[in-house]
Amino acid sequence: MWKQPAPANSSFNEYNTFPLPQTQRGGQSSHAHGPIGHTQQPLVTGTSVLGLKFDKGVMIAADNLASYGSLARFRDIQRLHPLGKHTLLGVAGDMSDFQWLKKELDGLLRSEDALALTDSHPSLSPKNIYELLSNLFYARRSKMNPVWNAVLVGGWDKVKEESFLAYVDLLGTTYTAPTLATGFGAHLAQPLLREAYEAKAGIDGEGPLLTQEEAEKVLDDCMKVLFYRDARSINKYQVATITAGGVTISDSRSADTYWKFAEGLRGYGAQTQ
Amino acid sequence: MVAKAVEAPNVGFDFSNYARNQFFGERLQGIPKATSTGTTIVGVIFGGGDSGEEPGVCLGADTRATGGPIVADKNCEKIHYLTPQIRCCGAGTAADTEFVTNLISSNLELHALSQGRPARVVTAMTMLKQYLFRYQGHVGAHLVLGGVDVTGPQLFTVHAHGSTDKLPYVTMGSGSLAAMAVFESSFKENMKRDEAIALVARAIRSGIFNDLGSGSNVDVAVITKNGTENLRNYEMPNERGTKSRNYKFRRGTTAWTKESIRSLIVSEEIKSTSGAGKDQGGVEVVAVPTGAGAGGEEGMEIDS
Amino acid sequence: MALYHNPPMAYAQEPTTAPIEHRFNPYSDNGGSILAIAGSDFSVIAGDTRQSEGYNIQTRYARKVWQLTDKAVLATNGFAADGNNFVKRVKQRLEWYEHAHHKPMGLKSIARMIQTMLYGKRFFPYYVYNILGGIEEDGTGAVYSFDPVGSYEREACRAAGAAQSLIQPFLDNQIYFKNQQPEPGAAPFIPGNLPLGTVLSLVVDSFTSATERHIEVGDGMEIYVVMKRGRTTDDLLGDNKLAPGMTIEELPSLGESVGGVESEGEGQGGERTFLVRQALKRD
Repeated sequence: MWKQPAPANSSFNEYNTFPLPQTQRGGQSSHAHGPIGHTQQPLVTGTSVLGLKFDKGVMIAADNLASYGSLARFRDIQRLHPLGKHTLLGVAGDMSDFQWLKKELDGLLRSEDALALTDSHPSLSPKNIYELLSNLFYARRSKMNPVWNAVLVGGWDKVKEESFLAYVDLLGTTYTAPTLATGFGAHLAQPLLREAYEAKAGIDGEGPLLTQEEAEKVLDDCMKVLFYRDARSINKYQVATITAGGVTISDSRSADTYWKFAEGLRGYGAQTQ
Repeated sequence: MVAKAVEAPNVGFDFSNYARNQFFGERLQGIPKATSTGTTIVGVIFGGGDSGEEPGVCLGADTRATGGPIVADKNCEKIHYLTPQIRCCGAGTAADTEFVTNLISSNLELHALSQGRPARVVTAMTMLKQYLFRYQGHVGAHLVLGGVDVTGPQLFTVHAHGSTDKLPYVTMGSGSLAAMAVFESSFKENMKRDEAIALVARAIRSGIFNDLGSGSNVDVAVITKNGTENLRNYEMPNERGTKSRNYKFRRGTTAWTKESIRSLIVSEEIKSTSGAGKDQGGVEVVAVPTGAGAGGEEGMEIDS
Repeated sequence: MALYHNPPMAYAQEPTTAPIEHRFNPYSDNGGSILAIAGSDFSVIAGDTRQSEGYNIQTRYARKVWQLTDKAVLATNGFAADGNNFVKRVKQRLEWYEHAHHKPMGLKSIARMIQTMLYGKRFFPYYVYNILGGIEEDGTGAVYSFDPVGSYEREACRAAGAAQSLIQPFLDNQIYFKNQQPEPGAAPFIPGNLPLGTVLSLVVDSFTSATERHIEVGDGMEIYVVMKRGRTTDDLLGDNKLAPGMTIEELPSLGESVGGVESEGEGQGGERTFLVRQALKRD
């Protein structure tokens, strides 16, 4: 889903066959024709993030891989990041932008905590954090210097006593829905998430929501499908659960996979041996 | 310059206008785009093993054809006939899928006649891939090919460039990921026939509701060695409700500048044809009143 | 050398030879459609609720129509991020105006302000088509439509967005009576005088039809009805006024929050805004 790190001035690398490139980043860009030489390209990237509301909160899942183009470069990266007690980010896209984002937001939360020590200062709600992120992403895209990520924000709103789930990406595009997925997950997992959600809640969402166990089962199922079919994924992922009780992030786990489905088949065409 | 590098082929497409059209395309607003069937098409193998049912193939397709973002046909047929026991779902350029399946269907019939036995699915697959490879992907047909022959149930995908795949469950088209997600999470080997149909319908629905290129109804075809069952519009989950207004125009709504009425019938003569060798009992000659066109006067009877 | 750089080549190779430039594109198209129709003493502003990108549905419910004041509703369509941020800035300017002048901005002033705001980004435009509907100061229903860089016009009706080319000819025929002759001896048609019930039906049929034939339109629709102060609501509220499956709610008055005196009676004195919702097909 995320572009490959291609050598500058080359045509697009359709089959991901470039060797480790001498890539250009940031300030010293060769794009002399742009307003300011900003626009980078994603380099080390994370793939899909999934989000799903259930009866007592919201769950977010992402695998542990950070790819370098088609190379599975870092295989133990956590892409779920808690912010305070009741908010969590799931981040796809450029991992260095993600780390920068973490630093900025953690800094903000720390200063908010400091204010709360001496004052009856309300803590930032998931909505507040989402609003901030949306403005940040839109402002950066408007400067032609995007934060190259797609982010799911999951949370629990303590005041309204309801779950929160929303999306924002490098263009500043925002939306909410009871089920969300970024990148490849939008094609592969979102159909399954919507199906499972609507099976109980109905198309209007009026019915009962999935239970925690059911929601986790659906996410496990989706992560397995993504591993089968997304070439930039890995069978090692974490699931975060955000409820009134706070954020919990699971240990990394793997789906049980099955590869014997075509045992009787030979070749791709007329072969029989 | 080398004279006559390539002998012009005397069959197939004529590319003599290609350079000219490309040139116009650059100068004008681009080259015209063909109707493409943004599509979900799928197939599964079922039966056999412990199921206790006849092994077979179940194919499925949605029924939306698009031209860019416009729905060109709300209920088109994407499961094409090849032979009595072989069907082929088509995605990609509508004209290409239609034409290539028709052509191969004809050739398979000739093949069966000359060999004195039904053609195999691999034969259909080979003919398709060789034809498509020849045109280097310019014949934009992406196919799911399924059928039952003397070797049992067979299921293939054929890409426009000529590559093929053989798998127990396959999907193609713009909705292929939505449908494949369903298969990857719920496919089982040796399903019963009804299970297979339900799974295929679910995969197509996944495409219909999640992929904008796919829509309208679910078509299904089930092939076993006993024959093919065509379940056209097996599910219709997107029927249009009634419009809230009636848009019938009052007679005389369209303005006119000139009126001229002429009688086109100068003279008329009716000849009885019942005397041509045999008596067509019961048919009697009736004079047709002139001036009563289609949808003639009220009370006019046709069979009396 | 240059001769060989772009060799005369077979038809098969051409599309892949041009280097695809890798440059950040700050725009996207999120599909959907909007429309607005003005009546003599009301205005109807509607939009579907699907947000899409390419062949993907991002969400089945995203807002495209926004209540700005008691007598102004704005519909946005195009690139959703620009749309949302544009509406945010319009609302901010309206709030500033209210603080400065102790009254909400009038409809035609909002229209002019939107023009200047859009043109302000002439060389990095908001990729948004706006339609502003509401009640003018003289109590008439009004519709203003804008292009992305601020050219605007007051009209009796306008459709915009993905299905503009499907809906606008229909409205031209049904609202402006284009290509229609009145009955011999009857009074000539006058656009902008249709009753509310008829207008609502036309809006509903526009969207159900666009859903049939445009892949980016569907999921649901929201119809805002703004009524002149004191106008009867008998043709909107009450049993059997709306088709089955439609729901209606009255939006609370945004009031004159600064310094102004609350208008006498609830919903009696001022303009009233209603929101009608209906489901659309989801394929």
